[in-house]
Amino acid sequence: MYPAAFEYLAPSTFEEAIELLERHGPGAKLLAGGCSLVPLMKLRLAQPTHIVDLGRVPDAAGIREEDGVLRIGAMTREADLVRSAAVVGRYPILVDTCSVIADPTVRNMGTVGGNLVHGDPANDHPATMMALRASFVALCASGSRIVPAEEFFLGLFETALGPAEILTEIRIPAPVPGSGGAYVKFERQVGDFAIAAAAAWVRLDGDRVADASIVLTNAGPTAIRARAAETVIAGRVPETMTLREAGEAAREGLEPWPDLRGSRDVKRHLAGVAVERALRAAVGRARDDGGDRV
Amino acid sequence: MSVFGSSVLRVEDRRLLLGEGEYVDDVRVPEALHVALVRSTYAHARIRGIDVSAVVGMPGVVAVETAATLGALNGPHPHPTWFPPAKALLDRVKPTLRPEVIRLLADGKVRYVGEPIVAVVATDRYLAEDALGQVVVDYEPLPVVVDPELSLAPGATLLNDDWGDNLAAHFVIRAGDADRAFTTADQVVRRRIAMPRSTPTPIENRGVVALPDRRSGGLTVWSSSQWPHRLRDALEQVLKLTGGRIRVVAPDVGGGFGVKSMVYPEELLAPTLALKYRRPVRWTDSRRENFVSGTHARDQIHDIELALRADGTIMGLRDRFLVDAGASNVECLVCPYNSAAHLPGPYRIPSLEIECFTVLTNKTPNAAARGAGRPEAVFAMEGILDAAADELGLDRVEMRRRNILRAEEMPHDHGILYRDGVPLVLDGGDYLGGLEDALEALGFEALRAEQALLRGQGRYLGIGVAGYIEGTGVGPYESARIRVDPSGQVIVAIGPPSQGQSHETTFAQICADGLGVAMEDVRVVQGDTAVLPWGMGTIASRTAVVVGNAVGIAARGLRDKALRAAADLLEVSPGDLRHENGRITVAGSPEVSMRLGQLATRVGPGGGRLGEIGPGLEEHAGFQPPTVTFANGVHACAVEVDIETGQISIRRYVVSHDCGRLINPRVVEGQILGGLAQGLGAALFEELVYDEMGQLVNGSLADYGMPRATDMPPVVVLHRETPSERNPLGIKGVGEAGGIPVAAAIVSAVGDALRPLGVDISTCPLTPARVLEQIAAARSRTA
Amino acid sequence: MSEVAIRVTVNGEDRTATVEPRFLLVHFLREVLELTGTHIGCDTTSCGACTVVLDGHAVKSCTMFAVQADGHEITTIEGLAREGRLHPLQEAFHVEHGLQCGFCTPGMIMAALPFAEEHADPSDDEIRRAISGNLCRCTGYVNIVSAVRRAARTLHGLDVDPPLADAGSGTGHGPGA
Repeated sequence: MYPAAFEYLAPSTFEEAIELLERHGPGAKLLAGGCSLVPLMKLRLAQPTHIVDLGRVPDAAGIREEDGVLRIGAMTREADLVRSAAVVGRYPILVDTCSVIADPTVRNMGTVGGNLVHGDPANDHPATMMALRASFVALCASGSRIVPAEEFFLGLFETALGPAEILTEIRIPAPVPGSGGAYVKFERQVGDFAIAAAAAWVRLDGDRVADASIVLTNAGPTAIRARAAETVIAGRVPETMTLREAGEAAREGLEPWPDLRGSRDVKRHLAGVAVERALRAAVGRARDDGGDRV
Repeated sequence: MSVFGSSVLRVEDRRLLLGEGEYVDDVRVPEALHVALVRSTYAHARIRGIDVSAVVGMPGVVAVETAATLGALNGPHPHPTWFPPAKALLDRVKPTLRPEVIRLLADGKVRYVGEPIVAVVATDRYLAEDALGQVVVDYEPLPVVVDPELSLAPGATLLNDDWGDNLAAHFVIRAGDADRAFTTADQVVRRRIAMPRSTPTPIENRGVVALPDRRSGGLTVWSSSQWPHRLRDALEQVLKLTGGRIRVVAPDVGGGFGVKSMVYPEELLAPTLALKYRRPVRWTDSRRENFVSGTHARDQIHDIELALRADGTIMGLRDRFLVDAGASNVECLVCPYNSAAHLPGPYRIPSLEIECFTVLTNKTPNAAARGAGRPEAVFAMEGILDAAADELGLDRVEMRRRNILRAEEMPHDHGILYRDGVPLVLDGGDYLGGLEDALEALGFEALRAEQALLRGQGRYLGIGVAGYIEGTGVGPYESARIRVDPSGQVIVAIGPPSQGQSHETTFAQICADGLGVAMEDVRVVQGDTAVLPWGMGTIASRTAVVVGNAVGIAARGLRDKALRAAADLLEVSPGDLRHENGRITVAGSPEVSMRLGQLATRVGPGGGRLGEIGPGLEEHAGFQPPTVTFANGVHACAVEVDIETGQISIRRYVVSHDCGRLINPRVVEGQILGGLAQGLGAALFEELVYDEMGQLVNGSLADYGMPRATDMPPVVVLHRETPSERNPLGIKGVGEAGGIPVAAAIVSAVGDALRPLGVDISTCPLTPARVLEQIAAARSRTA
Repeated sequence: MSEVAIRVTVNGEDRTATVEPRFLLVHFLREVLELTGTHIGCDTTSCGACTVVLDGHAVKSCTMFAVQADGHEITTIEGLAREGRLHPLQEAFHVEHGLQCGFCTPGMIMAALPFAEEHADPSDDEIRRAISGNLCRCTGYVNIVSAVRRAARTLHGLDVDPPLADAGSGTGHGPGA
């Protein structure tokens, strides 16, 4: 409840923040919404020497559409994302995801970027961003680069970000006709991490699946692409038994860590159910010609 | 116009809504020192050494205390909450009991993770916490015992070397002839039914502030406590300061539910240090500390069996149960005996034999929490009733109908003693009527039909019922001192404080009616040993009954006094007087009148007429209940289980309860709904998990599941009113009732839903994982 | 460690102070500004007892540093009543018996405030979701939901039922009850 002491720095640009990170080394941590970092500091599980607060960098938050691409400032609060006119209706999977992150009050504080950069497999956005084939803009002293979501999550609490590199923006491709996505999360209670969860995105061509991305939350050290499930439904009409098969396929080789939320078997089982149900919802939305509300 | 029985809006709301409540952490005491505690990270260890050299001289650190620095003050002292039950019970039952002790700080040995070892005292809590990290405790780990059955086995690691074993208490109670019942039964059904460990988690954690009093050499102590008088007694003993030198005040308390009815080392430590330093000292509990050092609840394993006739009527009940008391059996037989006594419940049980082993383990001490042993008993009994129905091929609800006591069987003697040593005689209520009310409100018949239909569609609907009785209003006494001051304001002083029970409203209602004044003129003062030195605690669903009746008796007594005094002053006879709304008038001569405040002045010390009433218009009266008075009820619910995800959705939940006459129906309903939510937590979410090294694995609100607004089902609450004959106001307690049968009812419903799959559920919480595992296990049994 | 000067507008008043960076906002409110109506109930951002409104949004003040609030506007429970007159939310909690021990109440009210201001006629489910970040152990939430519904309607000029005069028999709560 009582964090250890630190120096507080509040830069006014990302560049300044990067410079501060470089100057102060591994003891310096970025502060975004604080909903992951501050609790750790209160329990003294994290004791940074310097806090670099991104809260005063103007234009770090915000959602806009540019040439169909949805551009989300990394400091955008979850609550703003979930009600943004650019999101609601066009990316219902994002609404699904935001709605199950923590609780409504924490969503006023927590940021989309914050949910991504810890490399915590229990966080919900990574799977959805991967399913949407999002890409991330990372800025460091030598400039900015684009990292596809697929390549961003490297391991447990490990991302592709360098030590003095900041995630500044998330870019999501324009919705394509005939596509739809959904996120299904099983949790013991509001505010909990997933027992199992899945993000599913499909594009239909006629009545068959032309393209699909299925990604699991909290089933391994990072969000995990359920490729076997994607293969099962590729080119097929996504009806009940097919989706069930996809769920089964998603379970193959899955080794979730057992904990109080569930044993390995329980989590594996629920991962398959999450895939099946996320697919069913995604297909439903895709059949509504994508983009329209289900 | 009577206010008893009206849903009067609450007196205490305003300050709480404005943010002007004063909870213990809000109590402002300038220059207070803050205590932070090094707590054991081992479940069982000897302390070889404590090195505080790095702490001394750290910023803000004023002192570092250990058992060694406190000396004799550290104890061991007889534990202030351990006391044996009533003599009549001791004589008849002859339990084996082992007294417990309390130490302020651990001395030489620690027995549970969370046990306080070192106190760092600093000018600021942040600085104290900085210092904590610099304390080095040299532990010599000892073997850990966390399984109560293993703890009872020969050769188990001993928590107390001088005990020889870990058995803290043992007793057997009997009625009728259980041996005969079991040998002549048509059917015997047995199950092992367990209720896990949980914690009451009030939203406010604990806290204590101690301020030395220069003139008396004593202290004022504020503690977030349900029982300030007991803390006062404990401090008097530890500090050897009697004669009213120690004043304990319970300020606004943010929920208690049992965890604040204890006396904690921290509550003794802060005052001890305040006296030692002659400075104010405060300690604020954190949630993490509350989890590991606030008393836990439940944690019982029942091996229970019923002897039955073929028609489902019960001939006998046998139960052998273990209570896991944690590292210290701090409340002796409170929960264990409550469980035993409440097992027969609202049912007809001609013979019984119940044996209890209360066992120590290397976990946080286990004591009373809302329900105090009753939820465990109901959980076991309702579980075995379901099992019996299933084995006999009887409908589970019909099983209840055949065995539940009927109104014409009241009063009903269960053949055993209550914890107060008095024979347990159920004193009225229509238990069967309550069951039928609940079933009708649930829509039982239609639901049974729907259940069959849905099964055909691969959907799993279930119906559960659970009945209970609750001994409420336990003594030995309470008193109330009521005074009218010259302004006409009436001040009611009572002992036990409120933690949400609305004392300032409900007792004002009773006083207003009894004395004949308007509620607006009544102010209730509570929880302060200087204002009223006698009192037990707000626990055990007792204050409405015991305090309420004390207030009623004192109010009526004061009214009589007032009339006698007024008659004397006005030179009429008391019978000629009318008293209404604080004004006394002479019948037939309305111009001759006197306000109560005026009367108080006249019989006050300077008022000229002390007479036989004064000085002042005041009455102090007590109420000693003959024994507990039994509330009762039945809960019924319908649930649907998603067998793919293990998720449980409660379609409808019905509470039918009888707590006698209601002082304030809205307050009663609030207590029921809140209790229900806690029961829901027990049914679906709450379980404290220890690993084999005695580490509490889920000791935070992120990991310990508490019901949230989105978890509450649609609820219907039905009231029946069978006035109690054991107190003048006809009241029965209701503080705990809402939660007592909830886990039983919900688990019963889930079991009913999943019976076609061969699932046999007799545990909780029913998390999705647990439900899925039960389904998978049943499938592999039938495969 | 260097202290930081901050200026925060709290309940309409500009307040300045110099604080250590690690000083939590909730401690700042309670100990420096002596606004003890905001409470602390946990250490994992789970309970919501510390909820205040910052720039119009409900936030958990235990999970922010006071320095982060520099330049921002905060409303605490103490800022709701006007010259002793209860805010409709406070009044609604009172008439619906939405509090028992009162400890979760300030946080609960502040969490509900932006929601009630924004929704004229919320459903029970919407209300439950809106307050799902706040724990209450006393009430079972039923009357809290009624209170928020009443307040939302009142704030938007919609009719409200007279408060239940007597809880009596057969009281139903929630959908389908």
